[in-house]
Order: sequence, then structure tokens, then C-alpha cells
Amino acid sequence: MTEPTDRKRTSRRRFLAGVAGAAAAVAAKPALAEDAKNLPPNVADWTRALGDGVGTRPYGHPSKFENQVVRRTVPWLTATPESSVAFTPLHELDGIITPNGLCFERHHSGIAEIDPNDYRLMLHGLVDKPLIFTLEDLKRMPRANRIHFLECAANTGMEWRGAQLNGCQYTHGMVHCVQYTGVPLKVLLAQAGVKANAKWILAEGGDAAAMTRSVPLPKALDDCIVAYRMNGEMLRPEQGYPVRLVVPGWEGNLWVKWLRRIKVGDKPWYTREETAKYTDLMENGKARKFTFEMDAKSVITSPSPQAPLRQKGFTVISGLAWSGRGKIARVDVSLDGGRNWRAARIDGPAFDKACVRFYSELDWNGEPLLLQSRAMDDTGYVQPSKDALRKIRGVNSIYHNNGIQTWALKPSGELENVEVG
Amino acid sequence: MSKWGSLCVIALLALATPALAQKKELPRQYGIGHAATPAQIAGWDIDVRPDGEGALPGQGSVKAGEKVYMDKCAACHGEFGESAGRWPQLAQGKGTLASADPVKTVGSYYPYLSSVFDYIRRAMPFGDAQSLSNDELYAVTAYVLNLNDIVDDNFVLSKQTWSSVKMPNEGGFYDDDRETTEKTFWNAKPCMEDCRGPVKITGHAAVLDVTPDEKTQKRNGVE
Repeated sequence: MTEPTDRKRTSRRRFLAGVAGAAAAVAAKPALAEDAKNLPPNVADWTRALGDGVGTRPYGHPSKFENQVVRRTVPWLTATPESSVAFTPLHELDGIITPNGLCFERHHSGIAEIDPNDYRLMLHGLVDKPLIFTLEDLKRMPRANRIHFLECAANTGMEWRGAQLNGCQYTHGMVHCVQYTGVPLKVLLAQAGVKANAKWILAEGGDAAAMTRSVPLPKALDDCIVAYRMNGEMLRPEQGYPVRLVVPGWEGNLWVKWLRRIKVGDKPWYTREETAKYTDLMENGKARKFTFEMDAKSVITSPSPQAPLRQKGFTVISGLAWSGRGKIARVDVSLDGGRNWRAARIDGPAFDKACVRFYSELDWNGEPLLLQSRAMDDTGYVQPSKDALRKIRGVNSIYHNNGIQTWALKPSGELENVEVG
Repeated sequence: MSKWGSLCVIALLALATPALAQKKELPRQYGIGHAATPAQIAGWDIDVRPDGEGALPGQGSVKAGEKVYMDKCAACHGEFGESAGRWPQLAQGKGTLASADPVKTVGSYYPYLSSVFDYIRRAMPFGDAQSLSNDELYAVTAYVLNLNDIVDDNFVLSKQTWSSVKMPNEGGFYDDDRETTEKTFWNAKPCMEDCRGPVKITGHAAVLDVTPDEKTQKRNGVE
């Protein structure tokens, strides 16, 4: 994504401090309004009257009472909404699957609207037979179904220098997890016949950014998918309709949307997106390149700053964990800022390179707590603290911030994004 | 061989063929898709590599590039590449990468000429992508290099002069080394009890107060 330089960030902070100083960050929701006429012993309105008939909602939408469950943007983050991001409302979701309309969106030149009749995928370069596929062609090919998370490399990127955004939608909302249906890339490549000296592929989007990334051939032949469906239906335009590349476990920028071309080559291309962007600047001024895997990461989604506690007593801590290196093996939760940990319960499936849902029970007596979660994957990688990451990388790397998140729970039930030391 | 025997052989052969194919794990040919013609490929094959593979016919001078830049780029990137508002800065920033305030520009950060040329070719001008002629593309790239003191005022960029351009930060990148430099993050038995000293809150997001307000967001659950 397009990140501000710190100089700009500082001036923006000053500006915002002046303009919005009085506004609360994210206020706790007011107590739910009840209408006694619908409550026992009275008979509710909806128990007496007929509702809408079938067919009045040909494509079903969430209840009108759920209209706060939407993607949100941070307007000051980028120069223009066509090259920006809208975040997944993680605090409003449970389970492991993200509903299609809520999957975070990050575009570089807006949403391409592609007529499926005019869709073509070109496959060329170091191949025996350069080929062009229509969408119908792709749908006739053997297909695979895989559940994978997709995380933008810049997720949590605004937090390197300290707690900045107050809500997991903003700190962690550049991740989603859906089931993809599509053609394994190795099957497509075999149709063209990859030459012996091939080592990389170039994936190119059909949008006005023609987003382009180099992917090592072994990954392309391993588990990449040329996907056209998400959660059963065709991809949403924001997710690359009609076709995107799925690169399991690797940074989201590689998952080229509106995929129009795959070129096979013997070297990486060093495109702008894998040099000027999506490289990780270290403290010594040198930058890591091709940092593909997304390391194990987790976040407590509820309670969190946008999902405060409304009462004392029993409640469930709920969160998401994922790893680009394999399966999540375990998640621990701390109530005291990382001094003591207890294992959380993973409920539901734990697939390779997919989100898992974890729960931990809490009897809250109103005391302040420092909530954290810590993910471990089946390679033995343990999610590090933010300070442990900073010690190695400094604070200028923007990307791949998978440090442990802390939410301060206050006696009022409100929560805040804080840094601990 | 009896009729029964030859039938058995045919049946065995029929069984053996797919088994062998599976062993080699080569996906079969489905006969789906059409041959891409050279003309079709030429229209879409726009990538350029650091070694100049994919570079186009044509040429452009710094001087010609200045006009293209002022017409089509300066409104966002600034007359000297200094950036207008929140748009990417293209020039200056040398010597800042190891500082607390790194400024990543074509001159300070991009490793290769192709990284900027290929990007302008595919994505710029923002909102009017792939509209520049080959000569305009070479010229405006030359001008951006000149803004960064990488080429002199009389430079003409073309396929022929491509390899003479050396980007200052070419050596500034190295391959992902997390599995060695961050090896301590692999730990089979992470601490569970009394893992650290007293915990202090050292920073508050609410103090910064840059989180968008609920009231400023659209509240429509359906698109």
C-alpha cells in the first residue's frame, strides 16, 4: 500500500490533533434500545404480521440491524481512494470464513469492471505453446477448492512506531479468509509446456495499474490456484472478478487480481511492486526483498476497541490466527500483558495457510486487563512481541508486522490499543 | 495366444497407462485454450527486465521529458519530483534510508532503471495508463532520472543507452533472511508463566486520535 513518510505522518498527526482533538476515538456503543411492546409477556409485532414473501430479496443481504458491519477506510492514509484500502470489520465476525462483501479491498488503480465475455488469460514466455484461455475455458478445466487466508504485507504497518489506530479493523483488518475454487496453476502451465530453463513466472493484472509480481516457479507449481470463485460464487469485482491468482500463505500483493497474463521466465522482473514497494527496509538502510511468507500472527477480535464489554461476569474472548508457513498449531492468551499465558481453544477447522478461530473464557470482575494473543504454527514459529521484531528490524520496514497486539481493557469495559514495555 | 489371453493383455495395458501417467505427475493435456498469436502477445507483453529485455524501440531526451513531465506528471509529483500533497515523491531522499525518516524515491531507493520504466509504462499517468508513446515514455523516464542527478541534462534514453544507467541503490537489497536472522522466533516451548517483569503501558492509540470516527463512515450494510 501507499504509506506515508514519517515526516508527512507527523504533520498529519498535528493537523488531526487540532481538528479532531475533541472527538472520541471510537466510542462504545450506547446500551441497546429495547421496546417493551415486543418483550414478554407481550406478543411481538413480527409474531402477528406477515413478512416479505420469497423472491423479494433475490440476492439476500444482512439484516438491516447489522448495517454497522461494513468495510471502513482511513481517509488520511493515501492520496486517493483509487489507490487505497478498506478494512475487514474483524471485530464483527466469527468463525474462519470472511463474507465476500466484507473482505478487505486494496486497489492500486481502482476496481476494474471486466465483462466476462471479454476476459482472456494469456500464458506465454518460456513455454512450448503460448496459449490464451477464455473464462469458459478455465471453468472446463479440473478444479480445486482451498480455504486460505490472504493478508496484505502492510497489515499492521501503521503500528511499527507505536500504537496508532484504535480498533482491530484498522490494525489487523487487511486479512480475510475464504474458500477459493479454480484451476491449479500447475495444470494450466502444463497445457503450455514449461521449458527446462524456466525459474520464475510473472503475474500481471488487467486493471489500470497492471499490477505485476514475480513468483518463483516452484511455488507456482506447488499450490497456486487460478481462482474464479470465492465462497462458492464468482469472485467479487473488488477481489479481481473474474479471475485472480491465489498464492497460499504469501503476501497479498502477489495474489494478482483481474489476472490477464502469466509469463514464464528465467529471472525475476524486479517490478516496482517488488522493489520500491513490498521490500522491507531495515535499520541499516538495506532492504529485504522477496519476503513472501506471512509469519504466524493472531489478534483478539472481541473484545477489542470497537467491540467493548458491556457487563461484568462471564464472557468469551474470541480471536483469529493464521500462518503463511503452515497450520496454526496453538494459540495462547494472556490477560496481564504477556507475563502469564494460557492455551486458548481452537474451534472449527485448522487448515494449512488458513485462519483459525480461537476462544478463551473470561470471568471479568471489572479489573483492568492487558489482553494479548500469541500464535504458534506447525513449523514451531512463535508470534513474537512487537519489541522483539523492532529489535531485529527497526521501525522503518512498513511490511510484515506480526507482533503481538495488546488491548487494554478498562473498568468501563472500553478497550484501547496500547503498547507495553 | 488365446482370444481370452489377448483381451487380458489389452486390459492390462489399459490399466497400466494411467498408472504410469500418475507416477510422473504430469497433468494431462485437455485440449482447452487457443494458441496465442505473436500479434496478440505483442499487444500485452509490456514487461521490461533490469537487463533491458522487453525494452522498446524509440528514444527520449531529458529535455523532451521535461515537457511530458510538466504536462502529465507534475500536478501530483511536483515540478521537481518533490510530491504535491500525499502523492509519491520521486526525487531527493539520498542518504535517508538509514535515518529515522527514510524518503524512498527513484533516486534513493529504486534498484533498477526497469523498475521505474516498466511501472510508468504500465500504470502512469495515473488515470490514463498506457497512453504514452514510446518516445514519451523514454523521455519522461530520462527526465525523472535527471531530477535525481542520475543522468546529465543532455542524456537521451533508449534501448542503446539503457545499460549505461546505474541506479544508486542497486546494491541496497538482499534476499529474505528471516529463517536465519529471526531464528529465535522458532521455539518449541514458549514460556507460559512469569515470562517477564512488571508490564507498563508505554503508548496509547487514543492519545494520537487518528482513528476515523464512526460518524464519518458510511453506514450502509448493502452495496
